[in-house]
Amino acid sequence: MGKKKKILTALVITVVVIGSLWLLQRLLVPKYMTGIVEGAMIAEYYEEEKDHDVIFIGDCEVYENFIPAVLWEEYGIHSFIRGSAQQLIWQSYYLLEETLKYETPEVVVFNILSMKYNTPQKEAYNRMTIDGMKWSASKIGSIKASMTKDEQFLDYVFPILRYHTRITELNRDDFKYLFHRDKVTFNGYYMRVDVKPAEDVPTGRPLADYTFGETAYEYLDKITAICKEKGVQLVLIKAPSLYPYWYDEWEVQMEEYAKKHNLVYINFLELIEECGLDFSTDTYDAGLHLNLSGAQKASKWFGKFLVENCGLTSRRGDEKLEVLWKDKLAAYEAEIKRQTEAVSKE
Amino acid sequence: MNELLDILQELHPEIDFETHEALIDKKVLDSFDIVTLISEINNEFDVAIPAEEIIPDNFNSAKALWALVQRLLDEE
Amino acid sequence: MLFTSYEFLFFVLITCVLYYIIPKKWQWMLLLLASYVFYFLAGASFLPYIFVTTVSTYLVARKITSLQQSTSLYVKEHKEELSREEKKEYKAKAKKKQWHWLLFCLLFNLGILAVVKYTNFAISNVNAVLTVFGSKTTLSFVDLVLPLGISFYTFQSMGYIIDVYRGKYEAEKNPLRFALFVSFFPQLVQGPISRFDDLAQSLYKEHAFEFAKISLGLQRVLWGYFKKMVIADRMLIAVNELIQNPDQYKGAYVFAGMLFYALELYADFTGGIDITIGIAEILGIRVTENFHRPYFSKNIKEYWNRWHMTMGSWFTDYIFYPISVCQPMLKFSRFSRAHFGEFIGKRMPVYLSSFVVWFTTGIWHGASWNFIVWGLGNFVVIMISQELEPLYRRFHEKFPKAEGAFAFKVFRVVRTILLMSSLRMFDCYRNVPLTFRMFGSMFTTWNWKVIFDGSMLKLGLDAKDYIILFAGMLLMLTVSLIQRSGSVRGKIRTLSVPVRTILWYGLFLVVLLFGAYGVGYDASQFIYNQF
Repeated sequence: MGKKKKILTALVITVVVIGSLWLLQRLLVPKYMTGIVEGAMIAEYYEEEKDHDVIFIGDCEVYENFIPAVLWEEYGIHSFIRGSAQQLIWQSYYLLEETLKYETPEVVVFNILSMKYNTPQKEAYNRMTIDGMKWSASKIGSIKASMTKDEQFLDYVFPILRYHTRITELNRDDFKYLFHRDKVTFNGYYMRVDVKPAEDVPTGRPLADYTFGETAYEYLDKITAICKEKGVQLVLIKAPSLYPYWYDEWEVQMEEYAKKHNLVYINFLELIEECGLDFSTDTYDAGLHLNLSGAQKASKWFGKFLVENCGLTSRRGDEKLEVLWKDKLAAYEAEIKRQTEAVSKE
Repeated sequence: MNELLDILQELHPEIDFETHEALIDKKVLDSFDIVTLISEINNEFDVAIPAEEIIPDNFNSAKALWALVQRLLDEE
Repeated sequence: MLFTSYEFLFFVLITCVLYYIIPKKWQWMLLLLASYVFYFLAGASFLPYIFVTTVSTYLVARKITSLQQSTSLYVKEHKEELSREEKKEYKAKAKKKQWHWLLFCLLFNLGILAVVKYTNFAISNVNAVLTVFGSKTTLSFVDLVLPLGISFYTFQSMGYIIDVYRGKYEAEKNPLRFALFVSFFPQLVQGPISRFDDLAQSLYKEHAFEFAKISLGLQRVLWGYFKKMVIADRMLIAVNELIQNPDQYKGAYVFAGMLFYALELYADFTGGIDITIGIAEILGIRVTENFHRPYFSKNIKEYWNRWHMTMGSWFTDYIFYPISVCQPMLKFSRFSRAHFGEFIGKRMPVYLSSFVVWFTTGIWHGASWNFIVWGLGNFVVIMISQELEPLYRRFHEKFPKAEGAFAFKVFRVVRTILLMSSLRMFDCYRNVPLTFRMFGSMFTTWNWKVIFDGSMLKLGLDAKDYIILFAGMLLMLTVSLIQRSGSVRGKIRTLSVPVRTILWYGLFLVVLLFGAYGVGYDASQFIYNQF
């Protein structure tokens, strides 16, 4: 073999090997398009027009309880929710850090339930939150802060190492969504229209220690600091979810924190009546999360609050946004119709 | 030499020890055979083959083994 | 650092790259550095142990060699003046001095091994005896670290010092070079137990970058990972389930577990050795083979010449021979011949030294009665098969066709596997009585239906896993069969580039996709690590 031919062969082999590995990896990563869709949420942000007025950051208590479509329709607020399942506070921080590199919103809303976690929790949730992020220093930071004992950084760099076992359980979605994804949220809002009333909400078991952990505070401080640095108003909320149980001792700490740092803190659990929430009709899982009707009520209240207290003005009439939202609202309404019909059929 | 061949023959009647040159390399003799052999030689010739002499070169053929016995007898 | 960890792969990668970048005369020093870094990462507290063994063995070996040299020099210089008797006497005196040094070195290093490995075992036995005699006080266990690979590097060093004493070669002059021989990282964890005259020169030589050599090494490493990750680590899940819940899994389960373990251990140990030898090959270093298709053996004795060969030959050369041909043994043999007859007298050396060998082999594998009984079980089986030899010979004279018949060959292979697997049960179950009970349950608990009624799918493996295991086993078998006529890698090299690439890339994909690694699979330690 001549030298030229040798080099050519090596080149072809390298390209084929890397190409096929890349394809395999795409095939093997979970698509989160049906069933558990929470893993597809984080990535949806990147395709958005990034000049939001409000960015929500947090766990399921934001992405199931607040609706950007309502905020737009009612108040002309252009918002997006960067939330995912059991999103831990350091993951929220790094998502915020990343988001603030793309844009500077007027207000950042952070749901403080995740203060209760001071250490990495579950690998599966880590993956759902982090895998969707584009590579950046923020992603690396998030991975490092989130890894459980058994996890390896390399598994995030090459997800094939993590998901190789899926080779024996590939399904139709894996092929269908090899190169694209469908939207699973509406600007980060995950919609459910069905109803499962909350009945007896158990009070929380007594805890040995109610003080939030040091790491949790460290990241809350970082969130506060980065907002201050970028001139963004930070609003802390506790969403109107009946449980996980929110202890009074926790409430005191959050109130003190907000006071100390001169932040707005809203506990929606105290505003249930004011929002008009009725847990016999406004939740789909007995009080954990609001359904569409509940989220609409919470969003309306909150939109008003934002306009009145955070100086947000309506952007209705902005041509570009009107066009954008026309499609978004259509999709939103269509999904309401689809789900309502499905529920009534049952 | 003949006594030695007799001992060997008793161990493995099917082998022609006069011509075989690779008793160890071809795994004709295993460790049990070697120990039995050394104990028989000790019995017959009153010479002790020490462990450090148990190397393939000394046991690959009857001739080599005989040379070893001679050398050890000589050193006594 | 597990062979199957990313850290290890990264470590090897860095070492290999540096190895071929730096000036060639520094290559062996890099290996020494890498080996100590490897050992340090495994546990900083292990370092003093390997260091002490290295230094003591180095110094004593130097001492012995210098005594040998001065003796022969003296005898040579005084050739004329000394009588034959005087020369002999002088040599004997010098030999005795060397013997004392050797003895010191052996006792010192084997003493370290014994203390760290067997103290608690000894204490538990003393306690058992105390309890029998009604004592209420018992000794408490001591907390000792067992340095990684101590059994391997201690044996390797002791083989070296004995060889030096025997005059097989001179002691290595450079202490750092010797340190590399003791600590060479690919074989530190689980062997092979190399001999100085086999390994050392290849360690110290300068090695040029050769693409062919490196790709051969990589192929061997890949094959090792296939055995280890696709087969062994997957099989291990069911094996652990079975042996950790003996009350639940009796009868046919024990039989299945026995065979599962045979597969798992083979894939794990030979796979690990493939990785070791492959890495050495990438570095241009030849490490002695440790396996020679052991399950194809026609009997247990042959099996032990083909399984963990470097350990077997170590025991043969440094324990079996010295004991069986030492003066007292020969005297005892003669005495027995005279008093108990030819039949017994002749067998004495072999039986006694085999007993010692198998007792030590057992206890070398682990500080527990399980391993001792396992070792002695091997001894009994080997001796029985030895005594049955004439019977077999007569059988073959009567049925000369049997020897070559395929069915008979298969029968012998199956017999070897079953015998070895049942002995290995001691390696699995918690204690000796339990092992006997579980063995017995194979004949008393008649539940063979569990093999086919889906119960096997409840051991942590699903049908897909069994298919992968079965396919993997077939592949190993095929490779072994092809191997009988020469190196498989060599044969693949004769194929065209695209075919070759597809084959090796295919194997890589199989390891990547079907390897039992990562979250969800508990990366298991090599079974042989702890010995």
